[in-house]
Amino acid sequence: MFYRECGNYKDSYASDMAIFPIPLDRYGFIIMMILAFLIIPFTASDYWLSNIMIPFYCFGLSAIGLNILAGYAGQISIGHAAFMAVGAYASLILYGRYGIPLIPSILGGGLVSSAVGTIFGLPSLRIKGFYLAIATLASQFIIQWIIVHWQWVSGGVFGTVETPDMKIFGLLIDTPVKKYFLALGWVVVLAVVAKNLVRGQLGRNWQAIRDVDYAAEIIGVNLYKDKLIAFAVSTFYAGISGSLITFCYYGAANIEEFHVMVSFALLGMIIIGGLGTILGSFFGAGFFVLLPIGINQVLGNFMAVVPSEILSNLEAIVFGGLIVLFLIVEPYGMARLWHTIKDKMRLWPFPY
Amino acid sequence: MTMGRKLFFKIFVLVLAASFVVLAGQAMAADEKKEPLKQYIPVISYWTGPFAAGGSGIGGGWEDFMELMNLEGGINGIMYEWEECESAYNVARGIECYERVKTHDPKPIVVHPISTGITYALIPKGIEDKIPIVFEGYGRADAADGRVFEWAFNFPTHYWSQNTAKIKWIAMQQGWDGKDMSKMGQYLKGLKIANLHIDVPYGQETKPILDDMSKKFGFKVRHFPVPWPGIDQKAQWMDIARRFKADWVINRNWGVSCTVPLKEAARLGFPSNRILGVWWCGSEEDVLPAGPAAKNYYATNFHGVGRDFPLIERIVDKVYGAMKGHISFTRVGSVFYNRGVVTGITMHEAILTAQKKFGVKVISPEEMRWALEHMNITKERIKEMGAEGLMQPIKTSCEDHEGGGMIFIQQWDGSKWVNTGDVIEPMKDYVRKMVEESAAKYAKEKGITPRDCSKVK
Repeated sequence: MFYRECGNYKDSYASDMAIFPIPLDRYGFIIMMILAFLIIPFTASDYWLSNIMIPFYCFGLSAIGLNILAGYAGQISIGHAAFMAVGAYASLILYGRYGIPLIPSILGGGLVSSAVGTIFGLPSLRIKGFYLAIATLASQFIIQWIIVHWQWVSGGVFGTVETPDMKIFGLLIDTPVKKYFLALGWVVVLAVVAKNLVRGQLGRNWQAIRDVDYAAEIIGVNLYKDKLIAFAVSTFYAGISGSLITFCYYGAANIEEFHVMVSFALLGMIIIGGLGTILGSFFGAGFFVLLPIGINQVLGNFMAVVPSEILSNLEAIVFGGLIVLFLIVEPYGMARLWHTIKDKMRLWPFPY
Repeated sequence: MTMGRKLFFKIFVLVLAASFVVLAGQAMAADEKKEPLKQYIPVISYWTGPFAAGGSGIGGGWEDFMELMNLEGGINGIMYEWEECESAYNVARGIECYERVKTHDPKPIVVHPISTGITYALIPKGIEDKIPIVFEGYGRADAADGRVFEWAFNFPTHYWSQNTAKIKWIAMQQGWDGKDMSKMGQYLKGLKIANLHIDVPYGQETKPILDDMSKKFGFKVRHFPVPWPGIDQKAQWMDIARRFKADWVINRNWGVSCTVPLKEAARLGFPSNRILGVWWCGSEEDVLPAGPAAKNYYATNFHGVGRDFPLIERIVDKVYGAMKGHISFTRVGSVFYNRGVVTGITMHEAILTAQKKFGVKVISPEEMRWALEHMNITKERIKEMGAEGLMQPIKTSCEDHEGGGMIFIQQWDGSKWVNTGDVIEPMKDYVRKMVEESAAKYAKEKGITPRDCSKVK
């Protein structure tokens, strides 16, 4: 069977270090890529592309960032949406006001966000756990306040910077399909980078810090450096995703798009999806982006018979119920569910 | 896996499968239904979250109005068809709603975001998709310049006009007769006005115009920002009442943060009749939780309150008589509800204007845009509809997307809102100048060439 190994056949370092050790994942990955690059953009409607897939990718990317920080390095952040805002405003200013090309602008948005994130990561050197969570919550409000009040950034009293026409080498990015590819390209590249990052020495250091920080220090992990790197990398991802979602989806940077509830949603994504997994970030993003819209549309069928107040609240009730259900069924997240299935399949037909 | 887990998992898989079936069925059903003889209107509003009072009121009022029109024969025989979409006052969800309704056939002729944040995001999308975005009493003020904002409308009035009217009204309370503008300054001189605003772009919008007016008329204005969501305003109020010793307070909040100032003022002994609210802080839902502390509190508005209008009575009779209402009956006639009805009337009149020009049919977004720009709701027409006192005359043009501009003042008497009868005209020329400046800046940033209105028919 293609998902089975039935023993340890690894006879080279290359096969031992493969990202996807079992064929099921390898083929699965290829199929997903074909689906994402070749099938979805040419079959899905504009509505699906621009409202379901693009936010899904962008929030998935942001969730990866938070997962690196919270899931791998164990440093909780409740201010991640603010770093998305930093990335969004920074890349828009670079692109719109200084005429820097689009791709470097997005990269620049990530870098600015990363720099800001490193500064706000400094408290993590002295405090951890709930105390750090509160410190990062403060970062959310500080950044929000600065963006609203620094008129050079927010573009006057309206606090909104609209995206100009997007061009890459003269090619106008205007249709949902082109925006989809722009978002997808970034997400695939950065997801692969993240996957390799967490498999490498740095990722292992992070996991050591997450599990027992003083033990990690004893075995020679430089806590200060690695924690700050975790903040830098994580907020870099947040910045890129913030600028992507602004360019490809919102069409205008507005601070209300990045308020604290988005931070909570991101935290929810990685918990539901699976802490400390890259795949889980996408599961979680799917859960938080697709499910409410799905529930909403299904409930929409009953618009004629149920009063609108009840209908709208029903969406929140069903969604909340599903979150609880998931946490009961699999507290380690959806990625763990997938992992369990895989483990069973590897031993099938004799699972224990 | 234990038994319980297996059961849970099975239930989950079943629910997932069932939802797929329903979704697929829905997609197919969408292909089947084709009834082109209905005018499609999307109602993007919010029935959940901290601002649900506003969203559900406006949504319900608008839907009730359309229901009434359908019962009375539609728009020259063409029925309304509408669809609700829950945005939860969340920008991402609002955009999703917009994109969802956009794919409808026939296309939506107008979109009301009912949220300043969503409005900002939808203005560029409206230009792109050629769908008029209308924001009645919210959104950006400079959209009143129709030469730059071709697809955006903010009639009957906007925040900047409102604030000039507020200052005028305050001067009148100080003894000014309300006629001679050159004498207004001497009544305002030395007056201390506190601008208590929620610290989001919506709250900040009026800061420049208040600053500018304070220089012009010689009063003192200080801004007191309240951090979102504004539940705690103790520090600001201590400042306003004790240190700044304000004569007047402008309450520019939204949702729960509208109620807090009334309680704080009562606690500090600040008279409630010296607080003047923005129209989003002037509903029953805002003052009732404050109890007796809210008595005598003033708020601005751009439409009438209560049920004593023939149109509202018709809704009560026909729509609620037939059990077809869209909101709990007790809220009919409340401030937000009436705002929804006024929204409905303006949209109805715009569609009628379009039908006059393009013939009686299901009109398109482009035709709707033309109509929104050439709308003329006269006093006579308002009377004919039975909405006298409920709304003000509106006349839009290519340059002027604001149209009306009158500001009403209402006061809470402890149990209901009472219209004080004051109808204030904003300082139109002054606001217009600022609107044009701001719009020109926007046009320059976005690379829009303002239209030449003399060439537009």
